[in-house]
Amino acid sequence: MNERINNLRENSLSAEPVMSHQRAQLLTEFYQSQDAKGHSIPVMRALAFKYIMEHKKICVMRGELIVGERGEFPKSTPTYPEIVLHSLDDLEKLDKRKKQFFKVNEETRKIYREKIIPYWEGRTIRDKMFRELSDEWKEAYEAGVFTEFLEQRAPGHTVIGKDSFKKGFLDIKEEIALAISRLDFVNDPLALDKKEELIAMDISADAIMAFAQRHAKKIEMIMAEEKDDERLKELREMHQNCLNVPAHAPQTFWEALQHYWFIHQGVVTELNPWDSFNPGRLDQHLYPFYTREIENGTLTKERAKELLMAFWVKFNNHPAPPKMGVTLKESSTYTDFSLINVGGVKEDGSDAVNELSYLILDVIEEMRLLQPSSMVQLSKKNPDRFIKRALKIVKTGFGQPSIFNTDSIIQEMLRQGKRIEDARNGGASGCVETGAFGNESYILTGYFNIPKILELTLFNGVDPRTGKTLGLKTGNPSDFKSFEELMTAFERQLNHFIDIKIQGNNLIEQIWAKYLPAPFLSTLINDCIPNGKDYNAGGARYNTNYIQGVGLGSITDELTAIKYHIFDRKSFSFDTLIAALKANFDDYEEIEEMLLNHTPKFGNDDDYADDQTRRVFELYFKAIDSRPNTKGGVYRINLLPTTSHIYFGSVIGAMPDGRKAKEPLSEGISPVQGADRNGPTSVLKSAAKIDHLRTGGTLLNQKFTPSFLSDNRGITSVAQLIRTYFKMDGHHIQFNVVTAQTLRDAQAKPEKYRDLIVRVAGYSDYFVDLTEELQNEIIRRTEHENAV
Amino acid sequence: MTGFISNIQRFTIHDGPGIRLTVFFQGCPLSCWWCHNPECIPDFINSNGFTVKEFNEKQLLGEIRKELLFMDESGGGVTFSGGEPLKQPDFLKNMLIACREEEIHTVVDTSGLAAQKIFDSLMDFPDLFLFDLKIIEDILHRKYTGVSNRLILKNLETLNNHNKNVIIRVPLVPGITDTDENISNIIHLLSGLPNLRKINLLPYHAMAESKYIRLNIPYKLSGIKTTDEVRDNKIKEIFLRAGFDTSLGG
Repeated sequence: MNERINNLRENSLSAEPVMSHQRAQLLTEFYQSQDAKGHSIPVMRALAFKYIMEHKKICVMRGELIVGERGEFPKSTPTYPEIVLHSLDDLEKLDKRKKQFFKVNEETRKIYREKIIPYWEGRTIRDKMFRELSDEWKEAYEAGVFTEFLEQRAPGHTVIGKDSFKKGFLDIKEEIALAISRLDFVNDPLALDKKEELIAMDISADAIMAFAQRHAKKIEMIMAEEKDDERLKELREMHQNCLNVPAHAPQTFWEALQHYWFIHQGVVTELNPWDSFNPGRLDQHLYPFYTREIENGTLTKERAKELLMAFWVKFNNHPAPPKMGVTLKESSTYTDFSLINVGGVKEDGSDAVNELSYLILDVIEEMRLLQPSSMVQLSKKNPDRFIKRALKIVKTGFGQPSIFNTDSIIQEMLRQGKRIEDARNGGASGCVETGAFGNESYILTGYFNIPKILELTLFNGVDPRTGKTLGLKTGNPSDFKSFEELMTAFERQLNHFIDIKIQGNNLIEQIWAKYLPAPFLSTLINDCIPNGKDYNAGGARYNTNYIQGVGLGSITDELTAIKYHIFDRKSFSFDTLIAALKANFDDYEEIEEMLLNHTPKFGNDDDYADDQTRRVFELYFKAIDSRPNTKGGVYRINLLPTTSHIYFGSVIGAMPDGRKAKEPLSEGISPVQGADRNGPTSVLKSAAKIDHLRTGGTLLNQKFTPSFLSDNRGITSVAQLIRTYFKMDGHHIQFNVVTAQTLRDAQAKPEKYRDLIVRVAGYSDYFVDLTEELQNEIIRRTEHENAV
Repeated sequence: MTGFISNIQRFTIHDGPGIRLTVFFQGCPLSCWWCHNPECIPDFINSNGFTVKEFNEKQLLGEIRKELLFMDESGGGVTFSGGEPLKQPDFLKNMLIACREEEIHTVVDTSGLAAQKIFDSLMDFPDLFLFDLKIIEDILHRKYTGVSNRLILKNLETLNNHNKNVIIRVPLVPGITDTDENISNIIHLLSGLPNLRKINLLPYHAMAESKYIRLNIPYKLSGIKTTDEVRDNKIKEIFLRAGFDTSLGG
């Protein structure tokens, strides 16, 4: 990389995450002003957004090619007090905590104390939710049966589609005007609501254009001072870019990147949606601009690469907004899950890999940044050289790119009833979530702790950690005469808690739709405008909800151990097992040893264990799939954990797979850490025994030491391993390529390993930023791999 | 019938083409100083985590079939290694026939030591032989492997005469098999076996030492230096110049 990019990258890496009060202050000012009064909620929200975009500081840094920051400078991170209000105590915690900290200065504390807290106390959307949610829900939430994604962050989880690169906001304003003109006040009882929503969208379109214009002004000022001719030429072009986009459709490669980046700024400033926002199929979106300009001679490959690199830095400047409590535990990372897709197929189903796909892979390799996340979509139609090129980056050991099965993703969407073109234009975002980019609202509503359900079943509905009765009285397990009786009890408990979760979701979803619409985001996702309906209220073409199952490996091994030792082998009684669990295996070491080392385990291509995986999968699927949500769509399942497997493990006592109290659960659909003993082919076989096509994403982690990919033979073999997994419909696989020794060194001398990135679960993170438990877990995983 | 198996390894990529499953037979007539699998040498073992598993053909075939998709994707198959697979000839033959019936590619990774009659009865079944050639001078061969190489060289000649698909594997143990004399002996020997033209040189590493410690048996090569890349590449050059299709590394 050249000196400019190196400087921008270094600045980004060394910038300290700081909490910015700017957005909170502007928002509060607006809410308190006369301008906020007398409007419908959507219009008021749009005006608030416009106020922020017209008043927040404009940041243009030396050497930058793409402009726009969410805060005042890189890693200056705003808060969203209309969603969740940080107390002074929270600010202290954010400032002082070791991981995922945000420095909070005196001024911010003062403004919070004097302005933000007095205004928002008791008025946030979180307050509203917790007033409405049932005691049953709260008890289950507090016990760690599930998490709630929308208690501190907005729905979002979505990705821009191809259409947004073909139009500007002036075009969007015309679409809005057309939709308003078509409103039918005779026959449509909701016409006024729709009109208010469309007006709100129109205001938010003005807001983003004003924001770009302000950048043009700022650049003009910088130009007046600039002495360097070369830079002046660049600034002139940047100035023109800001005048052109996002008002008009982008015309050049550079404009396309700047266009997206303004849009990104809008989405992440309007609210704090999960997975921030995402340019999605970047190689596809940019390819027409790239080829046209390369042909015209107005762009070189080198310049395109430099622009992409400058674009990459912008993502890294934006840590996920401050999280607290359970939200922090389920997602302990600065990563904000913008996952760039490369490869896959085109809308007509043909191979989509192009020159730009390879150029983007070069950028990923050279930049080695935490953000944006990156992935390759691998279809059976893509050439082998494409996956091999990606594996050469994987080999360098920073956990990117992860690898997805395009053909499965498409089939998953077709099963969900989507149009084939929409499916082919889609991909995966966040960690591993399947989505119809530009057309779908696909909301993760929370993680679901499947092993906790078994624990509650084993204790007849009582949570042994607190002694509280949470679940149904499904019977004392020592009275169960067969494994089937246990499974029946387990299924009843599972359905009971899924009902509680969905009941909460229905409420929370409607609160968002009613009180915090997202008119700006709504301008970007098809068909919110023609529907006159907000993204948060079901305006999108497709509206899917997910409940993410966690601990598939753990629950498999737990059920397998019970079936094997209590019912088939009769090694010991249920009473003995329960006593051993209660004692956390103290004085039951013999039983613990049997459970750990003499029991079939998931991940070894052993049907005895894997049959339980299939069973749990079917029960979970049946409990959730196709149930209606409040937005006209339905529920689907996926299986991924982010970091919730650590949190969920911490609320569960000892379990029948030999896992001790509080230890992490298995992550994604990977086997329990260390339980797979037959190598990667067996892991893939076991993982493929569930029907990936009936999910919206599964996550599988595989670990290799660097030596495994050291030569062409190794890379070819791993590519074949992936192709085989994908033949079996596997959805996703990712690799950690490090040695345990490296990781231990990094734990001891974090200062020397600041840039060590490891794959955690669906995303990569800086190893030194992980909690100690998570670090230890990754070391254990790696050690296991080294030993095999 | 049943075979005695020390271990089954999946996703092996250095024991023949593609992604393979490698079956390690228990028991070996040789006891090479540098052996990587010393636990496979005795006919039976049960110590420090090393045990023998007994499989019948159906069970073993069941394990092999589990890997079929990976084999098909990569042009791989199954490799019978050890230990010495030819030491359990009837079981090996049954397995080779069963695999052939299912169109599974087979490799026999062998020291070459077997009675001539046994060797002749088996040689038509594998798709590929990985044939170890260690030391040509018989006195040294006896010293470092415990047995004479007379039968080994005879069997190698048989493979040549029947034009079988063979890769000759030469372990490069510093000062023992990688000497100038031994290398030129090997080239001289092979000049009389014109159908054997593929050579795979295996650099020495001491990774097995921990196994010897676990088994509580002395590791006679303790302390010798591991692979010397320059030297190994020089040897590769010698074979290339002599007209062999030569690769270095497993």
